[in-house]
Amino acid sequence: MDERPHIEIQNLSVWYGEQRALKDISVAFPARGITAVIGPSGCGKTTLLKSINRLLETSDNVRISGRILLDGADIYAPGVDVTEIRTRVGLLASKPFPLPMSIYDNVLYGPRIHGLCRRDNADAIVERYLRAADLWEEVRERLQTPAHALSTGQQQRLCLARALAVEPEVLLCDEPTAALDPISAQRIEDLLRGLKRHMTIVLVTHILRQARRLADYVVFLWLGELVEAGPAEQVFNNPLSERTRAYLMGDIG
Amino acid sequence: MKRVALRRATDQTAKHITAAVSAATSLLVVFIALVLLVRSWPIFVTRPLSELLFSTTWKPLQSAFGYYPFIMGTLWVTCVAMVIAVPICLLVSIYLAEYASRRVYAMVKPLIDVSAGIPSVIFGIWGVIMVVPLVQKLAASSIGRSLSRLPLFEVHNPTGYSVLAGGIVLAVMVFPVIISVAEEVIRAVPTGLREASWALGATRWQTIKYVVLRHAAPGVLAAIVLGFSRAFGETMAVIMVVGNVPRVPRSLFDAAYPLTALIANSYGEMMSIPLYDAALLGAALLLLVIVLLFNLGARLVLMRMIRYR
Ligand SMILES: Nc1ncnc2c1ncn2[C@@H]1O[C@H](COP(=O)(O)OP(=O)(O)O)[C@@H](O)[C@H]1O
Ligand SMILES: [Mg+2]
Repeated sequence: MDERPHIEIQNLSVWYGEQRALKDISVAFPARGITAVIGPSGCGKTTLLKSINRLLETSDNVRISGRILLDGADIYAPGVDVTEIRTRVGLLASKPFPLPMSIYDNVLYGPRIHGLCRRDNADAIVERYLRAADLWEEVRERLQTPAHALSTGQQQRLCLARALAVEPEVLLCDEPTAALDPISAQRIEDLLRGLKRHMTIVLVTHILRQARRLADYVVFLWLGELVEAGPAEQVFNNPLSERTRAYLMGDIG
Repeated sequence: MKRVALRRATDQTAKHITAAVSAATSLLVVFIALVLLVRSWPIFVTRPLSELLFSTTWKPLQSAFGYYPFIMGTLWVTCVAMVIAVPICLLVSIYLAEYASRRVYAMVKPLIDVSAGIPSVIFGIWGVIMVVPLVQKLAASSIGRSLSRLPLFEVHNPTGYSVLAGGIVLAVMVFPVIISVAEEVIRAVPTGLREASWALGATRWQTIKYVVLRHAAPGVLAAIVLGFSRAFGETMAVIMVVGNVPRVPRSLFDAAYPLTALIANSYGEMMSIPLYDAALLGAALLLLVIVLLFNLGARLVLMRMIRYR
């Protein structure tokens, strides 16, 4: 890739109280495509993800050091508007959390917050992003019903539609299929595969087969440390590190 | 063999005793309502309900029993209390659940919980020595004179013993009731829900307003109903500060005479007056029915709102 990386993490360390969850991570995420972050549970994948949209700092007792550049600008620099960062960097969490309102209002939540929704474009926005998340046909007749009445798989696609509706340039996915049945998981994977042409996707997963299916690049974390990062083909077929090889073989983790 | 039989017998007895006590407890409200109904029956058969509810004359010696001034007294005082209490309690609950540091929370929360247990007569005393003089001064001040031109604020009664004083005292009494429940309900909103909103670029306040409070709404409503019931049925503190004049209040500065005060002040005296006993127990029944209806209504609203969680 000769383009400049979309996201550059430089010397990132994160502490929860006294416990250090990330140790001096430096890694770059190329623009567009899917970068999979793999590693055993508890190795700091979620922590890394939440540092990229500055969601980490919402829990108390967290300390962060290092820099994260988004398009070359440090998102932790003083004076940066957190809400602007979070608008540019969307999140799909591992468990769907539909907001306590209708399906329709869920999709419009972001656009309304940012003043992008008018009376004459609301319906179009809703349809557009529900289609983008492959949910439109299932819910078009019941847009005004509460979102929590949807199945878990549908809720997760609604959360995707909701995230896409603010037009983020980066989408962070934290084990987005962990709570889903295989068929719903498949649909999320298909959607991510389609979205990666327009946006940078960071996919945290502990399912190696999912990483193999989707990833263009792979980042391997182990106990809060970066072990290896590179193009998927190289990491999967020819890992540089012995630990990566052992993890991929199922010997550790 | 004998011991096994004894143990089984004890077990059965325990079961029956606990069941009987539970049944008795839950039937108590029905029993109380029945007693009130039976004893107040004479007043309901001797005059139409509309006269009892809407007549403004309460002259037991002339056999005139109109509940209207007392119903209005109760409504005025309770509504003023809720108008004061609800916004304040919401703000405090939001602050405690969403913004307060652990240290502040650890200091404030026990204080609030403890104040829920303060006997109401103490609030009454506080009302007499602090609130009533304050209202009296307000009524006499230039602010009071300017306010006096507005409807609901006219000063006819300069004593300070008033709807406003009663409302303030009741509001302070229900603070801990509403805050302790509402705060816990808001705190219980899942973090993932807040994060979902933040992750879309919403500010903390937007998240509170559109997501947290909406999710917590049924519980917050329950907290308010709890506070309302407490204020509605409160007797002691109110008697001491509202003035107890059986006339329909027209202004915040007017005296009032709530149903609870009527019953507590009058029951047991001059009971030889015909129908007096029945009239007072009728007032008690009315109070009970209103509270039950209110709780029922709130439950229905709650059930509708829970759909959106
Ligand atoms: N809010 C928190 N407070 C304290 N420790 C935390 C918190 N969140 C995560 N941790 C700890 O940090 C480490 C990394 O967690 P996490 O990033 O969630 O790992 P992963 O997503 O890879 O499972 C774990 O040891 C976890 O216990
Ligand atoms: Mg995780």
